[in-house]
Amino acid sequence: MAVIESSTQDYLRTKKLPHIWCPGCGNGIVTAALIRAIERADYDQSDVVIVSGIGCSSRAAGYLNFNTLHTTHGRALAFATGLKMARPELKLFVIMGDGDCSAIGGNHFIHSARRNLDLNAVVVNNHIYGMTGGQHSPLTPTGKKATTAPGGTLEREFNLLDLAKGAGATFGARGTAAQPRQLEQLIARGANHKGFSVIEALSPCPIAYGRKNKLGGAVDMLRDMKDSSISVERAAGMEEADLKDKKITGVIYNYDVPEYAEVYYRSIGKD
Amino acid sequence: MANRQEVLLTGAGGQGLILASIMLAEAAVSDNKNVVQSQSYGPEARGGASMAGVIIDIDVIEYPKVVTPTVLLCMNQASYNKYLPLIKPGCIVIVDSTFVKGPFQEEYKVQVYPITSTAKEELKREVVANMLALGVVNAAAGLVARDIFREVIFKLAPKGSGELNQQAFDLGYSLYEHGSEQGAGKSAQNSQ
Amino acid sequence: MPETKPVLMQGNEACAEGAISAGVRFYAGYPITPSTEIAERMAARLPGLGGVFIQMEDEIASMAAVIGASIGGKRTLTATSGPGFSLKQENIGYAVMAEIPCVIVNVQRMGPSTGVPTAPSQGDVMQARWGTHGDHPIIVFSPASVYETYYLTIAAVNLSQKLRQPVILLLDEVIGHMREKVFIPEDSKLMVEKASDKVPADYKPYDEKGLTPLVPFGFGHYYHVTGLFHDQYGFPTGDPLQVERAQDRIHAKLDKYRDEVVLTNYIGHKEPRVVIVTYGCTVRSARAVIKKAYWQNRQPVGLLSLQTLWPFPAKEIETLAKQADVILVPEMNMGQILGEVERHVKGEAEVIPINRYDGEMISPDQISEKMGRWLS
Repeated sequence: MAVIESSTQDYLRTKKLPHIWCPGCGNGIVTAALIRAIERADYDQSDVVIVSGIGCSSRAAGYLNFNTLHTTHGRALAFATGLKMARPELKLFVIMGDGDCSAIGGNHFIHSARRNLDLNAVVVNNHIYGMTGGQHSPLTPTGKKATTAPGGTLEREFNLLDLAKGAGATFGARGTAAQPRQLEQLIARGANHKGFSVIEALSPCPIAYGRKNKLGGAVDMLRDMKDSSISVERAAGMEEADLKDKKITGVIYNYDVPEYAEVYYRSIGKD
Repeated sequence: MANRQEVLLTGAGGQGLILASIMLAEAAVSDNKNVVQSQSYGPEARGGASMAGVIIDIDVIEYPKVVTPTVLLCMNQASYNKYLPLIKPGCIVIVDSTFVKGPFQEEYKVQVYPITSTAKEELKREVVANMLALGVVNAAAGLVARDIFREVIFKLAPKGSGELNQQAFDLGYSLYEHGSEQGAGKSAQNSQ
Repeated sequence: MPETKPVLMQGNEACAEGAISAGVRFYAGYPITPSTEIAERMAARLPGLGGVFIQMEDEIASMAAVIGASIGGKRTLTATSGPGFSLKQENIGYAVMAEIPCVIVNVQRMGPSTGVPTAPSQGDVMQARWGTHGDHPIIVFSPASVYETYYLTIAAVNLSQKLRQPVILLLDEVIGHMREKVFIPEDSKLMVEKASDKVPADYKPYDEKGLTPLVPFGFGHYYHVTGLFHDQYGFPTGDPLQVERAQDRIHAKLDKYRDEVVLTNYIGHKEPRVVIVTYGCTVRSARAVIKKAYWQNRQPVGLLSLQTLWPFPAKEIETLAKQADVILVPEMNMGQILGEVERHVKGEAEVIPINRYDGEMISPDQISEKMGRWLS
């Protein structure tokens, strides 16, 4: 877990630690980046709400000292939609895992993208269902092994940010647990964006995913993650063929589109 | 009026019978009567068979469905074929001769009026045939005082069409007063 | 209650108006026959009241959004029918566990599955009780008229707030779609029961000592809400002692407020030999029977209509069973509340089912024919 500066301790429920995550898990790094991004945004602590689904990363909600809402599997964005529409002044961060967001929660994900409510989705993508012990998800790369794909998954994977973009998302960014400062900046920029923002955070799961696919330990996985990532600025000048195995990081798209709660409340004469 | 009236308005979806039934029910409320309105739902309300029932009573209405109609309106042949066998003697039966071609058995004393064709010819608007029918029905059965309808029609008719709908309703009264095409209209009823 | 002039209103519309009178300012839903008029009415009415109407991507999301808005402090309602009610179940369980107030309307249609979408049925009685998994308390109301729909919706909203408990309104297609004359009180503000807003500094949203009001998010009480078993502050626990205590506590609140939760109505003979026990639109057929048999002919018969189906009015049935020889249970299903009646009659009276499941109402004749056999 990354070092947390003393001031961010206000945002942690230290009594609830230690966390339940395995050694080498990237969830702590992503959570720390989220905390720093919230701190950077300088919100009133009582205005911040953390919403999460079900899965390893979603347990982060329990460790963060805000109003926290740990919902049902796949439905975090739908709960968040109700809360945000009811109380548009609140700042909502929605933590989901890859299976939570893109499989069981896929419908809510695309409709959140379409609706453009000001929700900040942080999708921790470790390519696997961790809590249930390592089953393949829609973000498991083709050929990678899982307990439910012992010979490697035959299915194709989603590109989460393309999926969101196709559904109308107005802000999409990708970062990795290997580059926590960049991830923090991306979450902060997403928070600043007025509308639905998706931050895909690539994160290592050495226990349920790395071991099965012989990817080494956490350090190896983080190093590989760093090596295979390339910033969107650098990627802009490169051929498509050279980018085939690369993960493009940074703000991938950012559009200015009216935010739904504002549109709604203006329409009823209460803005 | 008898204590309890059970009115069935039947025809094809799109003929506006459900709106007519709601107007009748609203008028009954304004007339301080108890009333329950129900209708057939689903795809049938759009093109297939359509049926709306209105029960009007001075007593509290418990069972909300029409069991023994006292008034039956049939606006197409299919509904005439379907509902006529269900009625008992004494029920007022009114049909639109534009669509219903019989047979008009003697024992049912069927009253036959050119409802839709009159709407088309006199008012140039087929869509108000439902109001014409409502006028005929209320004239024949005396369900609710005639003057109560005006307010209801203006409240429930599509915006801007209140006057046209009221005209159609009044034209229904004229049709009734002119008498049934089958000779079982006003004169026949008076002799009952 | 101040009364205004009578209006013609549909059951579904009365449900929406009742919700609005009770202070509901958030509706999330998904279109489904025969409940859609509730959504349509809310879509037309809520914006003018500064409230939120949102049509969600599916029924699951609708239930989730309603819970989210409740946590934000709104009074909320969602409406659906059988297939959608099935989809909502997981999150209904969440609302029970996390003790989030909300009202779920199910305008029953014929099932299973898509069934007959426009035909009435009372087939979801057991689903309303046990649709979501695990032992859980639930409150289910079933109105028998348009006016009863109006006031039971108000009662549902208020009780849901007071007990921090989801309340289900089980309408049926007959009641939902029929229009009848009702008197709707003019001053809707009278209908809102205010919850206490006194909150101690050490706010325990799940206080073991008893009911605590839900302080909405955004007011500086950083508690946790989860579907996991949790401690008094909402944090997950797997400790057997705490789990058992929490389970007992959420059940006990319904027992404690039983008088407000369990609503029934008896009409008829003081010492009845034959009693009809029923609910929803079937009450109307039964009342027609009682009108004739008791009010006109003074036969020893009665009718217990159940406005509350769950928690089941056990005491009321036990009392009746001691008086009556026969209890008739008409319902538009293959016999659902029947088993519950039998369980509480404990053999002290004969329990006779009257069932209909062809998409039509049980007629007064169908009941009086059965009743007549036991009176002769």
